[in-house]
Amino acid sequence: MKAKCAFFIIALIIWILLNIPLNVSNLIIGVVVSVFAAYFVGDFFPQRPHLLFHPARYFWFFLYIPIFVWQCLKANVDVALRIIRPSRPINPGIVKVQTSLKSDIALTFLANSITLTPGTLTIDLNKEEGVLYVHWIDVKSVDIKKATELIVGKFEKILKKIFEE
Amino acid sequence: MNKKTYIIGLVIILILVYIILFIPLPVLTYSGLPYLGFLKRAVGVFVFASILCLFRILKGPTASDRIVAVDMLGVLIVGLCAVLTIATKRNWYLDIGIAWALQSFISTLALSKFLEDKHFDD
Amino acid sequence: MIELIGQIFIIIGLFFDFIGCLGLVRFPDVYNRLQAATKCVTFGTCSILFGTFLIMGLTAAGIKALLCIFFLVLTSPAGAHAIAKSSQKAGVKLWEGSVVNQYQEKTN
Repeated sequence: MKAKCAFFIIALIIWILLNIPLNVSNLIIGVVVSVFAAYFVGDFFPQRPHLLFHPARYFWFFLYIPIFVWQCLKANVDVALRIIRPSRPINPGIVKVQTSLKSDIALTFLANSITLTPGTLTIDLNKEEGVLYVHWIDVKSVDIKKATELIVGKFEKILKKIFEE
Repeated sequence: MNKKTYIIGLVIILILVYIILFIPLPVLTYSGLPYLGFLKRAVGVFVFASILCLFRILKGPTASDRIVAVDMLGVLIVGLCAVLTIATKRNWYLDIGIAWALQSFISTLALSKFLEDKHFDD
Repeated sequence: MIELIGQIFIIIGLFFDFIGCLGLVRFPDVYNRLQAATKCVTFGTCSILFGTFLIMGLTAAGIKALLCIFFLVLTSPAGAHAIAKSSQKAGVKLWEGSVVNQYQEKTN
């Protein structure tokens, strides 16, 4: 029930943001549509809805955004230089990295962050062993420990503070 | 890497940049809009980027190359919608952009399921 | 002033869009193309949308642009992930200059 309420609130906020000069008929339609959506698919979406009501997690989330944007900018300049240079300096391969995150949403955020940051692209993940398979455009180390430190280490601590504990 | 190919590509790109920056493109003739010169240049860049994507769709050796190129075309169209919103001050272009982003995501998922040789309900 | 900053953001975005599509042509195999295309084109389009937000201000169009950035950042890496995984399953080979493939070692 709590999950459905959380889904209803999120859906209603997105509806209001999409219809900014808001009038009453729009709002009524939005409430009806959000109730329908929450009733049918609400159980799939937030698995642990009590996490949505902790203010400290929002603080860590807003701290996470500038780190992510900075890494993303570095990634783009790096890849653009690799594309423009005549010698095309690439050294690709698929490596294994280890993670200690457990919940679904934290793993999703980790995989998306890895995909948008320097030279790496998540291919598959094995949830039981906590292993991610990552395509790396410039392989610096084949060893699993060192690759983990280079790829995952930037995000793991702060994602643990946001989604787990 | 073949040096001759690189130089030919560089010359082609420089010609395209010259066309975009200095030759007025005959895209729009109505001149009452704000940001009109800006819009013309932006449309030129999008057209040439789309031509590169279409080249990959035509030539791509495997099916997944073509799927990547189609996905990128979808994201480019979202950017085009944003530029049109600025130039014409009409909000519904961005509605088209949001719908197009979500729709192209779904079509990418469906195509990659097809590539994996599964049915759509697995 | 703020319109000038918005235009600079849009110009940076157009540059990265073009570079991403160039990478789609230049790189040798699917995975490298996916890297170039996903990163550069997503970042470029997000930059264009952020410039749109700066020019339009806090109106309906500006807030829609911010929502569009949110959806794009959520969906684009997931699509890249799906394409990469399914092309590994379908047996698309890596470029011959690649170093390792620890994913195939697992499945064999």
